Amino acid sequence: MDRTTIDLWVGIFVALGVAALLGLAMKVGNLTSSKIGETYSVTAAFENVGSLKPQSPVKSAGVVVGRVDNIRFDSKSFEAVVTIKIDKRYAFPKDTFANIYTAGLLGEQYVGLEAGGDDEALKNGDKISKTQDAVVLEKMISQFLFSKASESDSKTKEGDAASVSKPADSKSSSGKSTELGDAAF
Amino acid sequence: MIKSNLLVKITRILRGIGKRMIERTWRLGAGARLFFLTIIYSGESFRRFHLTLREIYFTGVMSMMLIIVSGFFVGMVLALQGYNTLQKYGSSEAIGVLVALSLVRELGPVVTALLFAGRAGTAITAEIGLMKTTEQLSAMEMMAVNPIARVIAPRFWAGLISMPILATVFSMVGILGGYLVAVPLIGVDDGAFWSQMQANVDVRADIVNGLIKSLVFGIVCTMIALFEGFDAPPTAEGVSRATTRTVVISSFAVLGLDFVLTSFMLVV
Repeated sequence: MDRTTIDLWVGIFVALGVAALLGLAMKVGNLTSSKIGETYSVTAAFENVGSLKPQSPVKSAGVVVGRVDNIRFDSKSFEAVVTIKIDKRYAFPKDTFANIYTAGLLGEQYVGLEAGGDDEALKNGDKISKTQDAVVLEKMISQFLFSKASESDSKTKEGDAASVSKPADSKSSSGKSTELGDAAF
Repeated sequence: MIKSNLLVKITRILRGIGKRMIERTWRLGAGARLFFLTIIYSGESFRRFHLTLREIYFTGVMSMMLIIVSGFFVGMVLALQGYNTLQKYGSSEAIGVLVALSLVRELGPVVTALLFAGRAGTAITAEIGLMKTTEQLSAMEMMAVNPIARVIAPRFWAGLISMPILATVFSMVGILGGYLVAVPLIGVDDGAFWSQMQANVDVRADIVNGLIKSLVFGIVCTMIALFEGFDAPPTAEGVSRATTRTVVISSFAVLGLDFVLTSFMLVV
């Protein structure tokens, strides 16, 4: 076999390999989507983070605006402290809500940010004070059973509260449900 | 009388075990020695790079068609089987993730290494075994040409370079095959197929780890093939046995190492 022919074929072979690798990285992997430029990090404390993991997406209005950097347990307040990195391009008001949602019924969990109305924006190292925990299925079921068993009075009250302003009261209602759920058992 | 008979039997069994053990250990040591000698004498395979290019042509380029066709079918079967199960849980959109992760993490490196051992490894063993049988290697030594530098090292580097390329192509072609089955044939949503895949395949944790695996398999498979050829008894039967051993040992080594590498990668 001629040496130049071999060179040509090996060149094609290597080019194909590089192309396949680029294809894997760009089209299959998250090289393009995970590229966040300059970021600032804020923390948020949750009572329960569910199955949230580092690198989980942070979304606002469904758009990925950042990633979860790390999650640690605070042994003083017994809460999980989640550090999230948000793209510098997006500024959020100081009273932004951080909720943990689940994508689909069995999907991965992510942090959802809902902007508040404050004039001041979140800065690097700030703490988001208004948070809502991950939904725990057992808790929800016990809450449902309890509310079924209790009088219709409390049920309508809870329904009203949810319809008036969802994020503000969902924190208190979830806190209440824990107590009620514990009492039921 | 009976007692001494029993003693003879036991000593014979023990002697058999000992002989095998010593032989295996010796082969392992000789293989390791050949590996280090290859590394030491591999200067020439870079100074005269066309030697290595020639071997890349024979091990890599010639295996390409086999890899592409098998990758395509493996991807298609994965999509069919995966859809069949995922659809029961109402998450058939996750088919892209399933195909991509199983190919990039496991099947790409492992199946490519098994095919590589069968396609290129046997060829290397048979070639070097025949060179030894026909005393070409001794002739080289007579002419003061180091056979390890001239014959072994270029093939080693060729295998080491070819294997990751082949595994990457295998994964990519497999994903394309899975796409063809999942989207036009079954009717999974096109956007969901790619976006779920991109959301769940990590470049560092999945793609780079797959590449590391294929690199290790490339070293191991090529080295086993080279050693078996270099060590083959200079007879027709010896070469044929060495070729068989290449495939058997390579397969065991690949599957065993795959488990070890995966457990390290998942822990760290």
